Amino acid sequence: MDTIAIPAINLAVIAPEVVLSVVAMALLLINVFVKSEQKGYLGYLSIAGILGTLLMLIPAWGSSVEGFSGTIIQDNFAIFFKVIFLISAAMSILITDKYLEREGCNQGEIYPLILFATVGMMLMASGTDLMTIFLGLEVLSVSLYVLAGFNRNNIKSNEAGLKYFLLGAFSTGFLLYGMALTYGATGTTKIAKIASYIAMNGVSSSNLMLVAGMILMSTGFAFKVAAAPFHMWTPDVYEGAPTPMTAFMSVGPKAAGFAAFARVLLVALPALKPEWSSLLWVLAVLTMTVGNITALYQQNIKRMLAYSSIAHAGYILVGFTAGNAVGTAGILFYMLSYAFMNIGAFAIIILVGKKGEENSNVSDYAGFGYRHPVLGIAFCIFLFSLAGIPPAAGFIGKFYLFSGAIQAGYIWLAVIGVLNSAASVYYYLRVMVFMYFKEPTEDFEWVKLTPAFVLCLLIAVIGVLVPGVLPGLFLELAQKAVLM
Amino acid sequence: METLFFLIVAAIAVICSLMVVTNKNPINSALSLIMTFFCLATLYVMLEAPFMAAIQVIVYAGAIMVLIVFVIMLLNIKSEAGRRTSHALFMGISVGLLLLVQTWYLLVKSSLSSVRGTVDSAMISKVGHTELIGKSLFTDFLLPFEITSILLLVAIVGAVVLSKKKL
Repeated sequence: MDTIAIPAINLAVIAPEVVLSVVAMALLLINVFVKSEQKGYLGYLSIAGILGTLLMLIPAWGSSVEGFSGTIIQDNFAIFFKVIFLISAAMSILITDKYLEREGCNQGEIYPLILFATVGMMLMASGTDLMTIFLGLEVLSVSLYVLAGFNRNNIKSNEAGLKYFLLGAFSTGFLLYGMALTYGATGTTKIAKIASYIAMNGVSSSNLMLVAGMILMSTGFAFKVAAAPFHMWTPDVYEGAPTPMTAFMSVGPKAAGFAAFARVLLVALPALKPEWSSLLWVLAVLTMTVGNITALYQQNIKRMLAYSSIAHAGYILVGFTAGNAVGTAGILFYMLSYAFMNIGAFAIIILVGKKGEENSNVSDYAGFGYRHPVLGIAFCIFLFSLAGIPPAAGFIGKFYLFSGAIQAGYIWLAVIGVLNSAASVYYYLRVMVFMYFKEPTEDFEWVKLTPAFVLCLLIAVIGVLVPGVLPGLFLELAQKAVLM
Repeated sequence: METLFFLIVAAIAVICSLMVVTNKNPINSALSLIMTFFCLATLYVMLEAPFMAAIQVIVYAGAIMVLIVFVIMLLNIKSEAGRRTSHALFMGISVGLLLLVQTWYLLVKSSLSSVRGTVDSAMISKVGHTELIGKSLFTDFLLPFEITSILLLVAIVGAVVLSKKKL
């Protein structure tokens, strides 16, 4: 019997993922010995793990290393996204502890699950094999199903978990079928080899099997990033899930979905660009319009932000449709600033909320701006950024996404995007109108700020304002991380 | 002869999978699902993938189905009462038909050109299917194989978190 030649294993490529998984497993063990009142310390331990992973990523910037016979790569694109994932995970963990205590579901398993979800996202961003991307997506999804239903005593949280699970499993089927058809058409699951096979054999849109594979994979990814018409699960899941997990879910997994989507379309299937850009054009317009118009009618602020996150996925799809360097850099920049503004907004929602997810209607914010001036200003900064008003980072991000579309010749797409962005100002401003121009109906409890919350809000405000005022540095980083 | 056999097995698989979703008694659904798995295993054998066929029977038709039947018994799921709305049925059928037409178009209009892999029946009978799978699992797909272990761990933790009575 001949021996199996094990290919070169480059552990340095997966070192960040390994470290984070080991930290998560260690936390699972430590959790058993920690008393229920002290579970918050697990959060700090997991943040330490995240910081360690970040420190490992920074020296790797600028290099591009492959490993495990081409199933994974660590390049600037992957590192940029990994930093977004780690930041969003750390910020969500900062606001988790107090929320869990209030809702009475203070279980330590939430921290390892968040870390495992982050590992899944990191694998999605750096996977260069359809199998790696798929398994990363599954690690992420399974953790998210549990995180959405984590508040077991709340029936809405149960509904969110179950609904996400059923629809997510269904969409995974589409993704996998698409991957299978692509494999059938090209004979490989490695992204670089798919591209070279297509280039060498002149396979293009004439091979409908490949086109069908591309469409089905797009369907799977569009579900994960909550693009219309695959967005039906989003409002229910975002409303029912524990609020810190909603914050996490609306940023990290969305970025991960876009990262994997970008790698598959831009690196593996650039030959099909006419096909997929027309597909994404429709998706982008539908997503922006449906998200914004439905958000106009929402009374519950979590639902409103859920629809707004759908609309934001639409803006990112605009940059995607362009498919050029400016648009792709815009995606990266926007994802980074979106992480700060959205998690910041959700942190305020947690502070205002009461046990049992009460106080989450827009009308509950009446008078909030006067009772808590500092928090009110912070909330306004986040909402302005979400609406895309300068000098917040959201404006610069949208500017680059839309200018990418104009450069690529999609004038109408950019026009629709700007119109949508203008419409969205209405529902963000409505919250501010309630905060500053309406009399409070009941007295506000004095919000108890913990150091972790202050830190999270501080990071968020800095993360929104600094890239907004000084976009040059961040854009340069984003441009270096572009796949092309 | 082989085509005829394939058609028979495929027809049984389709009919059984339809019965999985149309049966009102959950136990009958589960039994139909086992039958579907057996048909799939037969298809694997016809594709000269005996290892996959064995795994299909042992893991899916064996272990997983036993679990499903146990869950049905433990939860004491009753037969489903009443019919679902015809509205959803109509939508489902129309979307299904649309997909069928699209698939048909795909098969007729397109050149379903594809790559011929290096593994053929001569190689399978010489080296062995199990060894071939093992080799690619531990060389080309080593990392995905290891990620699966994380996936299983997450699933176990998740199941405990969501369903344990007292945490």
